[in-house]
Order: sequence, then C-alpha cells, then structure tokens
Amino acid sequence: MSDDTDKDVLDELGTRLEGARNDHIDPSKVKNNDGLQNGNALGLAFRVGVELISAVAVGTAIGWGLDHWLDTRPWFMLVFIIVGGVAGIINVYRMASGYGYAAGYQKENSSTSSDSGTRVDEGK
Amino acid sequence: MRENKTLAEGHSPLAQFEIKTLIPLEVGDINVSFTNSSVFMVATVLAISLFLVMGMRRSALVPGRWQSMVELSYIFIANLIKDTVGSEGRPYFPFIFTVFMFVLFGNLFGMLPYTFTFTSHIVVTFTMALFVFLGVTLIAIAKHKMRFFTFFMPPGVPMYMAPILIPIEIISYLSRPISLSVRLFANMLAGHTLMKVFAGFIFALGMFGIAPWAFIVALTGLEVVIAFLQAYVFTILTCLYLNDALHLH
Repeated sequence: MSDDTDKDVLDELGTRLEGARNDHIDPSKVKNNDGLQNGNALGLAFRVGVELISAVAVGTAIGWGLDHWLDTRPWFMLVFIIVGGVAGIINVYRMASGYGYAAGYQKENSSTSSDSGTRVDEGK
Repeated sequence: MRENKTLAEGHSPLAQFEIKTLIPLEVGDINVSFTNSSVFMVATVLAISLFLVMGMRRSALVPGRWQSMVELSYIFIANLIKDTVGSEGRPYFPFIFTVFMFVLFGNLFGMLPYTFTFTSHIVVTFTMALFVFLGVTLIAIAKHKMRFFTFFMPPGVPMYMAPILIPIEIISYLSRPISLSVRLFANMLAGHTLMKVFAGFIFALGMFGIAPWAFIVALTGLEVVIAFLQAYVFTILTCLYLNDALHLH
C-alpha cells in the first residue's frame, strides 16, 4: 500500500473520529431520549401504573410496619396509604412533565451542565 | 374444552416460570438449592465471559464482527454513563456494565426455546434493584454526609410544609427499587406468557392456527426488542439514580 492511500485513510478516520467526538459532547442528545420511551404509548401507560402502585405499596408497608411496632392498628396504615398515594401521584407528575426517569426536583439540564465541558476519552 | 385438557396436562402458559430444584441445598434453615433459575444465571455469566473474552482474544486494531460487537457494547454503556452521570460516573462503569450485560443476556437467553427466563421472577429483579438502590444510597451518604437528607426537602419550600412533604418524598424515594424491578419483571412475564397463550391457540384452532402462528412470529421479534429495551431501561435508571446520588441537585 502506498503512503498516499494510507494518508487518505487516516485523514478520513480523523474526520470520522472528530464527528463521533462532537456527537458525544452534545449533552442534549441523550437527554432527549424520552422520545424513545414515550413513543410507545403502552409503555408509558405501564410506567404510570407501576409508579403509582409502587408508591402506594411502599406507603402501605411503612404504615403496616409502624402499626405493628407501635400497636396502633390501623391508624398509621390509613394515613400512610394516603401519603403513598400522594407520593405516587407526584412520581407520575414528575415522570409525565418531562423529567424523564429522574425522580428529582429540577430539570435535567441544570444538574449535568457542569460536566459537558469535560471531555473523557472512554470510548476509544 | 381443548384448552382445559392442555392445561390439565401441565402445559399451562405459566408452567415455564416454574422453579425446579436440581440440587437440593440448605444452609441453616435457608433453602439455597441449585435450581433451573440458577442454571441459567450461571449460563448467562459464562456466555457473557465467553462473549467478551473470546471477542477480545485477538484485539485487532481493525475489529472483526465479533470484536465490534464487544466494543459496541462497551462504548454504548460508556457513553450512557458519560451522558447521564458525567465524568464522575466513570468509577462505576464496571458495575453498570455488569448489570446491563447480565440483564440483557438473561432476557435474550429466555428467548431461546425450552429455556428459563430468570428475569421474569420478581425475586431476581427485586434483589438486583435493591442492591442498586442500597449501593446508590450509600454512595450518596458517603459523598454528601448529612447533606444527603436535604434531598427530601426541595429548596424553596416553606418550613410548615416539611411535615407533609418529607414523608411523601421519602416514600417516593423508597418506591424506586420497586418500580425499577417491577418494570423489568412484568415486561418479561407478560411477554412470555402471551407467547405461550398464543402458541396454545395454534393447535386448538387447527387449520386456522395459521393466524396465531403469524402473530407469534411478529411477537417473537417484538420480544427481542423488549429484551434489549428493558435491559437498557434498567441500566439507564441505574445511571440516573447514580447521578442523583453524586450530584444531589
């Protein structure tokens, strides 16, 4: 193989590498992966159900445990079922209002914006 | 009528999820028998090791097909961590990569005929989710000490709301491992049951069985997609929880 073609191949590889790096630098790329998950309406409905039910289940379990421990059956359980329901609705609200999978208080972009400047060469 | 007969013969759509003890073992009072579920977990670990080690055996500069697949899975997870967690997530790459490969290969193994899908058992997925949850919580506490508990009190909320809000936030936080595990488990369980139910229709309908048969073909493709998607979802949720733990908003 002559030097010329080698150089061409290397140049082409260089541009492709640069392109690939630029792809990964863009932090908005993966943040917008909600499209993939929300695109499937059945999947979304399923997620809403799971989020809602799991919070109620945790609330009920905590209430039952407290009742068992303090011998106050059924008061704590009654309170915590409602609190769990509220937590479930908050979970669903967060999920639906564009927070993606993150359970948090702020929109995604503010929490990871500090990292986008640092380049890591993990995927070499 | 025919349905009842096939069910009675032990071909229930749920028979595939039955745990069969192969080597009975007991430590103290705890049953730790080696079951068909264990067999497929061991097979999954072996398959992953084989896939990675054999794929990288030659580690050529220009990768072949197999090596490309290995590198692709590595890069996929490395980028996922970089994009969701940032550079602080790098020390946790081995764990997240292991979780992804284990769930993915477990799901895909379940797609082979006559195999057992261990990810369709809530015990398995919940144990994994619980370890992720505990690990992430411990990382957060180790990193932020007491500041971790401000996680349950959003900034800018009036103090008198705290007695209501803090229990709600704690429950919301505690529901994470449940929603994480139920999502994977229910998807696998529902998909595999559906396939068995429709497979039962093929013989029950005789000549018209061609319709459910065609449906099964499409469903198999869908199930493979779901196997990938659920492994991805499990991994990305782990990453997002790790991101919460490291950055605490």
